[in-house]
Amino acid sequence: MSSVVTAFGEGVVIARRNLRMIMRVPDLLVNSAVAPAMMTLLFGFVIGGAIDLPGVSYREFLLNGIFVQAVLFGAVNTGTAIASDVRNGIVDRLMSMPISRSAVLVGRTTSDVVNNAVVISVTALLGLVVGWRVRSSFLDALVGFAVLLAFAYALSWLMALVGLAAPVPEVVSSTGFTVAIPLGFLSNAYVPIDSMPTVLGAVAQWNPVSAVVQALRDQFGIVGPAAARPDVWPMQHPVAASLLWVGLILVIAVPLAIRQYRRAVGR
Amino acid sequence: MADAIVAEGLCKKFGAVTALDGLDLRVPRGTVTGLLGPNGAGKSTAVRLLTTLLTPDGGRAEVDGLDVVTRAAEVRRRISLAGQHAAVDENLTGFENLEMLGQLLHLGRRRSRERADELLHDFDLVEAGRRRTKDYSGGMRRRLDLAASLIVAPSVLFLDEPTTGLDTRSRAALWDTIGDLVSGGTTLLLTTQYLEEADRLAHQIVVVDHGRVIARGTPNELKGQVSGERLEVTVDPAADLETARTVLATVGTGPVVVNDAAGVLGVPVDDGVETLLASTRRLREAGVGVLDVALRRPTLDDVFLALTDRPAPAPAPEAAQSPEGVR
Repeated sequence: MSSVVTAFGEGVVIARRNLRMIMRVPDLLVNSAVAPAMMTLLFGFVIGGAIDLPGVSYREFLLNGIFVQAVLFGAVNTGTAIASDVRNGIVDRLMSMPISRSAVLVGRTTSDVVNNAVVISVTALLGLVVGWRVRSSFLDALVGFAVLLAFAYALSWLMALVGLAAPVPEVVSSTGFTVAIPLGFLSNAYVPIDSMPTVLGAVAQWNPVSAVVQALRDQFGIVGPAAARPDVWPMQHPVAASLLWVGLILVIAVPLAIRQYRRAVGR
Repeated sequence: MADAIVAEGLCKKFGAVTALDGLDLRVPRGTVTGLLGPNGAGKSTAVRLLTTLLTPDGGRAEVDGLDVVTRAAEVRRRISLAGQHAAVDENLTGFENLEMLGQLLHLGRRRSRERADELLHDFDLVEAGRRRTKDYSGGMRRRLDLAASLIVAPSVLFLDEPTTGLDTRSRAALWDTIGDLVSGGTTLLLTTQYLEEADRLAHQIVVVDHGRVIARGTPNELKGQVSGERLEVTVDPAADLETARTVLATVGTGPVVVNDAAGVLGVPVDDGVETLLASTRRLREAGVGVLDVALRRPTLDDVFLALTDRPAPAPAPEAAQSPEGVR
């Protein structure tokens, strides 16, 4: 137990360093906040005019999906940041010191929670401007944001794994976006699932992104026919399904990432 | 006295490439050993194995009597590594880099800050300490990197090519710093491509090529392995080099090497002083004006050439690094 506490303490030191870096080189954070804003403009105003959802504004429907797309894109940064730490030799020094083997990963994924919180806040403010609303209680909304942050945290570990497995940092972002874009679009984030062909619809129903998006729509209290969903378990119980996905991703990605981290250093 | 580092038959492969092929090494406590070899000889791999960053495919190694594989965590408490890449965080200041590492070593926040200030002072970085390290010169980065490896005094210090890529002045300054450090009794394993660096800093030199040790000894012992001395004669620019060459060929024990541009002739000789006197006399008789005559002991460059049948690697280009303090 004490070793877990130690690892966490060391992770916090690394996380503080990462946060300092965000303040000094804010480009990455700005980019991860700009991406959801672009998607909001593109879908909310350019494409969304042709999408008609009865009983709700498309932009309100869309924004709950944009939140999840934002953390999907943001997670790619986790991967590239880890990959460049490994490459520039800092990790060599840390690995030769008597500190926890997982401190760098714990630190990175922890600082990315802060990163994600900022991106989500910016997206929420933007959302309020274009028509996104919280119609539920404060507590319900809080649960919604907590589910979103938990999902983002799991994605950070997943992308850390990708970042460590990649031969060079440049590969991480291309691989990351190759995964993040279809995962975002093959879900209920942009359009209702029942508008999709059967096969794609089935994929979307079981896509973890759909579960989280649906959880957000429920927690933020979207109303009318837009609240309807397919009759499958993850869509009927989106919060539970989201948390199960988070648990599953963490159980797989955390040990693999720690193992891959040691290998990456030994390269 | 126990050895601080012991390696026996260390092997490491990366795919089809054999980086280490049975390396044996002993570093007595409190001494400096220079691991000397060209690029790709396996020096860095040896350091990475000894600092627990890699695990060997064969053989074994101990640091401070602790096996680097089975007791890696304990080994890491006793060592420090300053790597090839000057691993400092570019977006942090020098002070913040040291402070962060101090906290990771559990010195506590206040002690980490005190220690950072002490080290900045010791390594002549007080003024630069509050600037981001991306604005540092190559020499300043290396000094900070070295300081970072001394936050907690290590029992064994590893420096992997500490001066590669530095200009001559920064290199000399760093040698002074390292020299002071080891005079305090720190055990040091240093890898280098520079013969001069090993000659200057190390008590013992281990020459590595193709993942194996090809020679070891003190700098003087190694120089002794290249038999005899060389006579070097600088002749008058007006003199006939061909005449001079013919004369020297009669006194030398090997081929005469002529440097036309410099007007210098070199030849291996047996009994140094006698030959020196004889050759100057004969050169004068032959009408060759002599500006300078010297007997030279072989340098480590000659040793390297003799051991590997290859010239010693040329020093890395220095133009890329800006001189100390200019930036």
